[in-house]
Amino acid sequence: MAERPLSPFTKMFGEGGYRWAYTNTLSILHRVAGVALIFALLGLVVWLISASFGAASYAAFLPLLTGLPARIVMSMAVIALSFHFFNGLRHLAWDIGWGFERSAARRSAALVVAGTCIVSAFCIYCIFAHGAGAR
Amino acid sequence: MSLRAPLAKVLNHGAAHDGVNHWWVQRVTALALAPLVIWLLWQLLSLPDASYLSVTAWIRYSWNAVLLSFVVLLASWHGWLGLQMVIEDYEHRSLPKIALLVLSTFVHALLAASGIYAVMRIALRSVA
Repeated sequence: MAERPLSPFTKMFGEGGYRWAYTNTLSILHRVAGVALIFALLGLVVWLISASFGAASYAAFLPLLTGLPARIVMSMAVIALSFHFFNGLRHLAWDIGWGFERSAARRSAALVVAGTCIVSAFCIYCIFAHGAGAR
Repeated sequence: MSLRAPLAKVLNHGAAHDGVNHWWVQRVTALALAPLVIWLLWQLLSLPDASYLSVTAWIRYSWNAVLLSFVVLLASWHGWLGLQMVIEDYEHRSLPKIALLVLSTFVHALLAASGIYAVMRIALRSVA
């Protein structure tokens, strides 16, 4: 058989595969965040259901919502949401043909990271700044 | 040389034109969710507290129940399409793949139905 270049699909990274760039890390993180957000949606729905069953059932659920573990989980959900949001806008822009060149894609990747950091930092501050009655 | 199957030729079937359906619906739900999640995050952060009265009053207020139902419906739909791609990309054994896809479908349908039911139950309950 002749030595032909293989598609990088046969070997993702390393010799003969894709060269690492932070853009391909963002790409896989988009999926990771998306799957994480399904669990965030599950949390939202459980919260709504507990409220729909009345004050007593909500009162039983509330300590679970205001504890430190819940605030950490909510912070992670906010990071996943803001990242998936900004990177999703980037994907939608690509779909209409904007910013697909390598330099533009790298620039928008930096913007996604910056936007995620700013929005998450603000939301996490709000999540932890609220008192005992907060989310 | 035609690549069309003989049966398709006999039945005179062309392309079904739904080849891009999955891709398209994923984009449309994303486009709708973008403003909705900004709204939801803003609303949740501006709740005075997480008490039962505050939360139910918020859900009952104005169009909030409608928008919240849309968030639950579209997020379930978008999540279902996205997880389908993830499953199809990483699980190639036929039986586990089909089992996971069916499970994902059921879970997302349950999320959408129960979430909207909960919102409606709160919104339609007469204020005690």
